[in-house]
Amino acid sequence: MINKYFKVLRSGTHTTFQDKGFINLQHLGITTSGVVDNELAFIANSLVNNNIYAPIIEFAYQGPRLKLIKGSCRFAISGNVNFNIIKNNKTIIGKTNQTYKLEEGEILDILSTIKSNYGYFAIEGSFKIKKEFNSNSTLTNSKIGSNNGNCLKENQKIYFTKSGSNYNSYININQRKIDKFIRVVSGPQMNFFMLKVIKKFFNNSFIVSNITNRVGVRLEGNIIKSIKSHNIASEGITKGAIQIPANGNPIILLNDHPTIGGYPKIANVILADVYKIAQYPIGTKFSFKKVNLDEAENILFEKEKNLRKILNQIKIL
Amino acid sequence: MFKHIYQINEQAFIIDFGSIINTEINDIVINYHNYILSNIDKIKSLGIKNCVPSYNKILIQFDPFLKNKSKILKYLNSIKIKDINNIKNNKIIKIPICYDEEYAIDLNDVSKKTKLSKNQIIDIHLNTIFHVFMIGFMPGLPFLGILDKKLSVLRKSSPRVNVEKGSVAIADKMCVIYPNNSPGGWNIIGKTPLDLFNKNKKNPLLIQPGNKVQFHLINKKDFHLYDK
Repeated sequence: MINKYFKVLRSGTHTTFQDKGFINLQHLGITTSGVVDNELAFIANSLVNNNIYAPIIEFAYQGPRLKLIKGSCRFAISGNVNFNIIKNNKTIIGKTNQTYKLEEGEILDILSTIKSNYGYFAIEGSFKIKKEFNSNSTLTNSKIGSNNGNCLKENQKIYFTKSGSNYNSYININQRKIDKFIRVVSGPQMNFFMLKVIKKFFNNSFIVSNITNRVGVRLEGNIIKSIKSHNIASEGITKGAIQIPANGNPIILLNDHPTIGGYPKIANVILADVYKIAQYPIGTKFSFKKVNLDEAENILFEKEKNLRKILNQIKIL
Repeated sequence: MFKHIYQINEQAFIIDFGSIINTEINDIVINYHNYILSNIDKIKSLGIKNCVPSYNKILIQFDPFLKNKSKILKYLNSIKIKDINNIKNNKIIKIPICYDEEYAIDLNDVSKKTKLSKNQIIDIHLNTIFHVFMIGFMPGLPFLGILDKKLSVLRKSSPRVNVEKGSVAIADKMCVIYPNNSPGGWNIIGKTPLDLFNKNKKNPLLIQPGNKVQFHLINKKDFHLYDK
């Protein structure tokens, strides 16, 4: 069978293959990685009839410009994204949350994410990539995973096997509202902080600094100091943890976080809200709101139920 | 065996073995972790996604959607010391190190801070048999302890943007080896030519938690013999 492939004309800011991530490897120092915004990835994959965790291309800020050199494909883009399809020198402005068919020689140009950081590009039948540690995710800071652990690079080829079907599908969903609060549960070292500092943490707002990436998000604008040590005996960590380093500017861990951490953790972003903080553009002002663990779990299960409902609303065009 | 277990978020428990850091407690932590990891059927059926040992804690990450927290807790509580204490793994791994000034870029600084000569520092470092407390931060990075008090220095106030692969560095009571190029704030006193992490091997780690590590001196010429 002849391999069908795209050529990367422009790689974009940080474009990687992702799936559900690396499982049961954190004790080797390999962190989970995987798609940052599950919901968007599930939508794009579902639109092209893939398993929700099929390998997908995640892009941040500026996306890739891809030329379909061989074959045809049906694709979908999710997120708040500006993109064009170039057919016979004609530019078509693309819409997210619906599929398109791309023919040989045509170009997909993912220009940028809008008021958000991450978007997703899925193709029917998914991409033909080599797994590492049983995952199609890419952990670029450790050079592990798909694409030899690297971001997409200019001129590389992206292979796939399935020709695109001749129908398109879509899903009607409202553009997300940008909430200005992030819900958290208490962190395991909340007692490292005085009551008035904890109040300051919740009452004053934070700003997303210019350091926001797949490893984590650094905050500014509300210095939080611990009364005890700035260090703890390093321990295993998960995404969403809010670490307070000595300078007092919190760091929220995301998918490519180090596997263990030695900073006290004042709080933990609830799983249902982790994608929100990841998607906040630089400079976003927001504040934290405390919930208890039971509430956090219920919010998570409710969100999951809603997502299933959304995914069941895919219609044929 | 452990003090208590607490939930830290919707997807993780911490098993707390107390606040003391020593090799005895860490051995229990490692063996408890190895026991859980060896029981793959249980990991799968309970939806355990990660089991991460550190000095005196284990993080258990689970799939929250399976809604079986109580089953996981029951399992973790059912593991008895007699189940785990027969697994021993304290063989000594010999790691070549070169202290040439090209690699040991913070050795002068450490010498000033500790008021020891470079040779004294090297002697102490070579004569220490380290315990591997854990692997983490990045793939394959071992945390080695416990460093002689005389060599205790703080982390650098401003971390380096890039520490070279193989660099051996110290801070506080610990010594680490960077398995790959990485940002890092520890004081670099030498370099090893060995690969600590090989992703193509079934077990990618050269050094396992619970192993003992002793460094042995090589010169710059020997160092280059290890190059492929």
